[in-house]
Amino acid sequence: MNYLTAKKGFKSWLFTLDHKRIGLMYLVAVLSFFFLGGVFALLVRAELWTPAGDMFTADMYNKFFTLHGAIMVFLFIIPSVPASLGNFLIPLMIGAKDVAFPRLNLLSWYIYVLGALFFFYTLLFGSLDTGWTFYTPYSSQTGTSVISATLGAFILGFSSILTGVNFIVTIHKMRAPGLTWGRLPLLIWALYATAVIQVLATPVLAITLLLLVVERAFGIGFFDSTIGGDPVLFQHFFWFYSHPAVYIMILPGFGIISELITVHARKRIFGYNAIAASSVAIAVIGFLVWGHHMFVSGQSSFASMVFSFLTFAVAVPTAIKVFSWVATLYRGSIAFTAPMLYALAFIFLFSIGGLTGIFLGAIAVDVHLHDTYFVVAHFHYVMMGGTVIAFIGGIHHWWPKLFGRMYNEGWARLGCFLIFIGFNLTFFSQFVMGSRGMPRRYHSYVPEYAIWHQLSTIGSLVLGLGLVLTLVYLLHSLFWGKRAPHNPWGGESLEWQAATPPIEFNFTKQPVVTSGPYDFPEIEQDRS
Amino acid sequence: MSRRYPPLAHHFLSLGQQYSAAKLGMWLFLAQEVLFFSGLFMAYAAFRYFYPETFLAAHEHLNVTLGATNTIVLLTSSLTMALAVRAAQLGQNKQLLINLALTFLFATTFLVIKYFEYSHKIHLGLLPGKFYSAHEHIPGQPALFFGLYFVMTGLHGLHVLVGMGVIAWIFIRGLNREFGPEYNTPVEIVGLYWHLVDVIWIFLFPLLYLVK
Ligand SMILES: [Cu+2]
Repeated sequence: MNYLTAKKGFKSWLFTLDHKRIGLMYLVAVLSFFFLGGVFALLVRAELWTPAGDMFTADMYNKFFTLHGAIMVFLFIIPSVPASLGNFLIPLMIGAKDVAFPRLNLLSWYIYVLGALFFFYTLLFGSLDTGWTFYTPYSSQTGTSVISATLGAFILGFSSILTGVNFIVTIHKMRAPGLTWGRLPLLIWALYATAVIQVLATPVLAITLLLLVVERAFGIGFFDSTIGGDPVLFQHFFWFYSHPAVYIMILPGFGIISELITVHARKRIFGYNAIAASSVAIAVIGFLVWGHHMFVSGQSSFASMVFSFLTFAVAVPTAIKVFSWVATLYRGSIAFTAPMLYALAFIFLFSIGGLTGIFLGAIAVDVHLHDTYFVVAHFHYVMMGGTVIAFIGGIHHWWPKLFGRMYNEGWARLGCFLIFIGFNLTFFSQFVMGSRGMPRRYHSYVPEYAIWHQLSTIGSLVLGLGLVLTLVYLLHSLFWGKRAPHNPWGGESLEWQAATPPIEFNFTKQPVVTSGPYDFPEIEQDRS
Repeated sequence: MSRRYPPLAHHFLSLGQQYSAAKLGMWLFLAQEVLFFSGLFMAYAAFRYFYPETFLAAHEHLNVTLGATNTIVLLTSSLTMALAVRAAQLGQNKQLLINLALTFLFATTFLVIKYFEYSHKIHLGLLPGKFYSAHEHIPGQPALFFGLYFVMTGLHGLHVLVGMGVIAWIFIRGLNREFGPEYNTPVEIVGLYWHLVDVIWIFLFPLLYLVK
């Protein structure tokens, strides 16, 4: 009897308190929104095939890129890894029966659904054209349905906060005997750092969006310069959350990559302490860099200098991670399985995304590149090339544990290849046109950029094809895949000791931990 | 007599673990609350820096006597809440119920006084943003000051209301004699929440009423 078959019927899912089922419900929800957001992305790319604005009106185009961004950020990528894989894996990896507050966990899922309903309302009635950042003063004036969208994001924020509270308490209080902080899998460290940001940054977004709602509904004027308010104050508030939020998005990806690299290279992770500490360092420094979004918003040049310096400082712990992963690969017994291919793709894409982030953190360069496709490309290299690639890699790695089935390795490699090629074609062209001055958010453009836009659109189709292929063989494996062995990759962390798929309360008897998460037996043999 | 067995949820190993988990969870929630209000305090700091003369003049229109009374009321309610927690820990159910009832009463008093303050402001037209219609001359941007006043005290008042809800909830559980020395976690975490509501007011009062 595993957790999927332990109880039957629709209600057993809707009222479940099992973290594994809640994780799966999140997985289905976030992937559905990934699909929806992806459709809007393809519509945007289709419009940009020709220089003229010939497919949609400018207003329609504004709505499409806004909906793409808002859905991807608030409904997909922020909850993506923590709420789905994190929910599923944290109790298993720390040898607990469940998260600390199972009912709160289910409540977070329902709050998420409620937030999603607000977005559906926005989508159907009035739409949204502010960009996902809701910048004032435009957002307090446009005729689109800003209130329902911001209330939706506000509600989704509370889902995220409650998940964060739950995870921090779970990791502090529910670890199995012998599982010291120094023996925690690095994914747990990453999710811990993420949860800290979720709890401490999200409420600032909540109050910001609430003030925007009050601004629109009652004309309270905090962000309205005609009665003494300050639109730039909105930017400060917004980025105080939304910069840390990009670490909510990427840190769990880092955690997944640490697991994938070490397990599929059969080598103990290089620099465990450094990787664990760098997650926390990124979370802390990440709170102090929000001003790099306002280099051209009239911020004082001294403030810009400080924010620029601190932005560079985040690169240090980030680079420590990348170097540690590469050092782990060195002389490892690398198996080129699909999860490993995704991990390698991650290192390649994230390095580009991270480095271009440094370019944008340099004040003078940013003045040139601000609001161009260069920023769009940078953001997608870290968010899609980073987080989404890690997420897909993680789904492959833990797929056998989630469902007890193996996917087809050949198709998986082909899917990974298509995604990698399609992704680079889509977004590397955007680096080129961005550095040549193509501004973002325009539905028509001068013909000189046509070749780069067309390459990008072709790339987006290849990328979409790769993602659909991946979805198809994964779903296929649920019914016709080979039964998964207990521990297909030879992982040493606790989740691989549970049954496949795990039973309802995870372990038949309380696990006791006596060694680190990456002490693979063959390494011990090598040493002796 | 009280129920002999305190409830242990299926996924915890011991009551101690369950208790410390709940408490840590509450502290994290309170941290979240502080950050939620921090946005408002930042807005306050920015606008006070922009328009010091407005803040100085506009605060004269707030009623310091009523504000101070409310401060005393809320501080006393924190005391009765602390006494309620102690009573629960010592298993004195009657004391627990009395102190919870008193806390609830003080919270109600706070909101009633707030109601009179609000209606007076509305009467004078000392209102946020485009609703501002007062005749008194206040230099700078008084509509912003009263925007801050209403949003900050309004959100705080909402927290008082939620606090009254959870106090009523543990009062009912207290009537069922659910708490004692071996199990009183809900009383304690509601107490923590109530103290935070008090602390926020302690910052709001001088910032809004006692500008110098
Ligand atoms: Cu940023």
